[in-house]
Amino acid sequence: MIYQGSKEWVETGKIDRVTTGFYLLFVVLGWLNIYAASFDLEHVTGLFDLSGRAGMQLIWIGSSLLLAFALIKIDVRFYETYAFLFYMAGIALLVITLLVAKEINGSRSWLIIGPVRLQPAEFMKFVIALALAKVFNSYGFRLMDRTNLVLVSSIILLPVFLVIAQSETGTALVYLSLILVLYREGLPGGFLFMGIAAIIYFVLGIKFSDRQIGIISEGEFMAVLLIILFTAFLIRSYLKKKEPFVITLLLAAAIFMAAYIVSLWVEIDWGAIALVALSATALYLLFLFFRFRRKSFLYILLFLVTSFLFLESVEYVFYDVLQPHQQMRIKVTLGMEQDLSGAGYHVGQSKIAIGSGGVTGKGFLNGTQTKLKYVPEQDTDFIFCTIGEEHGFVGSATILILFVVFILRLLHLAERQTTLFGRVYGYAVTSIFLFHLVINIGMVIGIMPVIGIPLPFFSYGGSSLWGFTILLFILLRIDKSRNRI
Amino acid sequence: MNSRNSLAKRKKVIAAATVIIVLIYLVQLFHLQILSPQYREYADSNAFLRRSLYPARGAIYDRRGTLLVYNQPTYDVMMVVREMDQFDTLDFCHTLNIDRERFRQLDADMRDRHKNPGYSSYTPQLFLSQLNVREYGLLQEKLYKFPGIYIQSRTERQYNYPGMGLILGYVAEVDKNKMAADPYYVRGDYVGKSGIELSHEEDLRGEKGVEILLRDAHGRLQGRYEEGRHDKAPVSGKDLTLSIDMVLQAYGEQLMRNKVGSIVMIEPKTGEILCMVSAPTYDPALLTGRAFGANYRLLESNPYKPLINRAIAGTYPPGSTFKPAQGLIFLQEGIITPDSRYPCFGGYPPLGGHPACHAHASPLAIQYALTTSCNSFFCYGLNGMLSNRSKYPSTGAAFDVWKDHMVKMGFGYPLGVDLPSEKRGFIPNSKFYSNVFKTDRWNAHNIISIAIGQGEILATPLQIANLAALIANRGYYFTPHVVKEIKGSALEKTFTIRHESGINREYLELTVNGMADAVTFGTCRGINLAPFLDVCGKTGTAENPHGDDHSLFMGFAPKDDPQVAIAVVVEGGRFGATNAVPIARLMMQQFFRGEIPENDQWLETSVINREILPYVYTRNLPVRKNEPNKGEQTQ
Repeated sequence: MIYQGSKEWVETGKIDRVTTGFYLLFVVLGWLNIYAASFDLEHVTGLFDLSGRAGMQLIWIGSSLLLAFALIKIDVRFYETYAFLFYMAGIALLVITLLVAKEINGSRSWLIIGPVRLQPAEFMKFVIALALAKVFNSYGFRLMDRTNLVLVSSIILLPVFLVIAQSETGTALVYLSLILVLYREGLPGGFLFMGIAAIIYFVLGIKFSDRQIGIISEGEFMAVLLIILFTAFLIRSYLKKKEPFVITLLLAAAIFMAAYIVSLWVEIDWGAIALVALSATALYLLFLFFRFRRKSFLYILLFLVTSFLFLESVEYVFYDVLQPHQQMRIKVTLGMEQDLSGAGYHVGQSKIAIGSGGVTGKGFLNGTQTKLKYVPEQDTDFIFCTIGEEHGFVGSATILILFVVFILRLLHLAERQTTLFGRVYGYAVTSIFLFHLVINIGMVIGIMPVIGIPLPFFSYGGSSLWGFTILLFILLRIDKSRNRI
Repeated sequence: MNSRNSLAKRKKVIAAATVIIVLIYLVQLFHLQILSPQYREYADSNAFLRRSLYPARGAIYDRRGTLLVYNQPTYDVMMVVREMDQFDTLDFCHTLNIDRERFRQLDADMRDRHKNPGYSSYTPQLFLSQLNVREYGLLQEKLYKFPGIYIQSRTERQYNYPGMGLILGYVAEVDKNKMAADPYYVRGDYVGKSGIELSHEEDLRGEKGVEILLRDAHGRLQGRYEEGRHDKAPVSGKDLTLSIDMVLQAYGEQLMRNKVGSIVMIEPKTGEILCMVSAPTYDPALLTGRAFGANYRLLESNPYKPLINRAIAGTYPPGSTFKPAQGLIFLQEGIITPDSRYPCFGGYPPLGGHPACHAHASPLAIQYALTTSCNSFFCYGLNGMLSNRSKYPSTGAAFDVWKDHMVKMGFGYPLGVDLPSEKRGFIPNSKFYSNVFKTDRWNAHNIISIAIGQGEILATPLQIANLAALIANRGYYFTPHVVKEIKGSALEKTFTIRHESGINREYLELTVNGMADAVTFGTCRGINLAPFLDVCGKTGTAENPHGDDHSLFMGFAPKDDPQVAIAVVVEGGRFGATNAVPIARLMMQQFFRGEIPENDQWLETSVINREILPYVYTRNLPVRKNEPNKGEQTQ
């Protein structure tokens, strides 16, 4: 016990057994699969041999258990009291790392202190979560106040930028997944809708960027039509009247019809026509605003304009801001490139490894794809391959289902918290685990682009296991005292 | 505003989204693991083998279309250790003509993970590289006896002529830095390391293709992946045509035998380099095949440094060859007029006869000063320019104007020839001297030796030849280059734009006349080929603190409508007229007549037999055993 505060209440709660059980199950399964993934036919090392990866992982697991025990023993108020202190220390650590770290595998995120190698970005996850929770818990906090919104966004974005500077884009995306917490706490769904719309524009803009329709590309053409459609639906959902919705759609349709008729005689630039339709929609919105004097129309107009500007900048961002390997990963995922040497090769090998597992798999240590080192990063980011190859659909589906149950359990824990601090922290933990699961497994089975983030508890690595352990057990500690007065 | 209740509903939204995503993933897993027949086929432990298909490197021709460099197949022996059961080592050694000791050594090297980080007993590993066709034939015949042995073919550079190694350059295995800088390269690839092979690497190399094969868990090949649908055929490298004339080049190399220095000849109208001799040089065939390492070490340890292309990387004080450039600046800046005369009494009078000069009429004007190479005239000119306070605010400002003119004439910076490691030479600016003298108050007399191309001034033979081309063109030059044509793509723009010197044409005509007179009755009468050819020239004798003076010549011909500009540098060759002029004369004869006329043949013999090897400081030099020997393959 570090914090000896007043003990006015009796702690009646218990550590959640279900979650702890999942945790123990996952780390043991992870350990066995790391052994299988790093198994080298030429140099056989035992499961407990410390020169092998499995042996090392055992050390990480042991230390994580000690860590978990310690975290449970600490008074719950400790976390809330020092949340900002942790945050500042964490930011300082990220800055130091950025300054002193040497480049390892293309990123500058490793802090090397004697024999210990740490990745501060992994520990930043729980630190941001605690800071967020504390901010939300402050008296009279309302998310949609401008100052609060700025505060909350900067708590998330500051570490995001620092981690991007370390070339750990994957981890930065993990931090961004905390937007789910904001959603739960009252961020209008429109923001998430904007996010999803942005992803759709991006995919369309890139995937169909090589063919032109008049002055704009095919992808931009489709996206412009979508913007008109989205606008129409937004008008409908905010106005609760059918008429303007129908007029918007008819207006666009009329413009295209007119253009079609003209095109029977003269050559028509369909790209320009789409832009004309978009402008007409915008003008109509302006008209609606002056007629009904409702601010929502201006917001919808803003949505339309931002959407269009975003769309126009997509190609620039993609080709001039993203690095070639990142472009390649996205292109492979979108099926535009069959890059069998880089990103596509990894995903291709990973799919073959999983696909070759069949229904029941080849059996423990009998996976050939992983043994012959065809799969890259097979004991870290691509660990799920080993599961798929050696244990087949049965094994991989089981793990996937176990994970989703685990996450639903976390959601349940988050929701049953009595304090806002607990709930926000709980949602942060849930978001982070969910994001890791969705991205990591999505990447391995070829649905998501290759973003190098680990599968919690399974991927090899001390920093990530410690990071996830801390994240989880602080939640369990908070959950334990949820019934205090 | 949403009520608390409606926010609580969002838990369900999140939960539903999670479940939906995981369901999609389950469907994808089901698809991959149970429904996809192609993965089921690989389920018998098949996997990809990506095999690079190497394109043929581009060939290189000279300006007449003579083939200089081409490719010939060579073979590597690959070994898969796991497949080598019942292996007759003795027979294998016998076939490859190696002894058991060597076999053991090669085997250990291959298995050593420090030397070969990618070692695996399941995959083909490089055992012995670069068999020639005969050795390949012997092994191929018996291959069925050696399980686990494979042959991989590659190509190697072959050379038709033993010369111009420094221009062509060589290819060798790619190093770590290059691999890190350019992901195109993987371990074991060959890449141009010097000369044209390096500067035109991306044209010559072509583009690797790839063949995707399937193999089982033990690395045995099972066939093509999806019938080769994802294979990519290699794209051959582009052929290059050089502007070099092989005959002229070979003749120049012959003349420079046992000498140190260089000859550069440029076609003024285009900037094409007709020959670029750097002596000593080496036979490019030395740096191919298995003898590469041994020969490279020998060349590298040679005190005369045959691996340095002196024509672009040797820097010399240009001496009197610099005077035309000086004169042009003084005329252009209005410091002197074509009729300005300065006295000379065997030396520069204001400094008590230093720098010294030789006997000629005095006082004299610019044209005659060039003809007789009068030192004093140009000292007066420099002093006149730097101390002209009515035109320039300070000595430094005047000097920087002078420097800018020099830079415009191609000095002081690399010209941008299409060969690697070109040096910039050296043209100081006023800041340089202010630092040296630790004050701004220096004057022309402190730096008077630069008036005659000595002192701090350094230029490469290419820059001197370029000055000749500039004067021949009456005021402009094209960036000199050795590649005339890249098959299937255009020459870079930098080689086709005119660089103007900004000097008036009348002053250039004056300079041309001075240089023409130098040949007819001045310092370089040795190259007078009239009436067959009107040559214009300027000799130079550059002081060398380490030994005999360097002998220089710069010139062009014919006087009207020039076809060729030339620069010759002979290290330690003393007066310009002693060695550089005769060599230039023979090169001109060869270029314009295609042969050496009878009355010059004594000169040819004499020049070829001269041995001018400056003393070099040779402490700690490895003992030279004997001349480099050629590899077994280049018999």
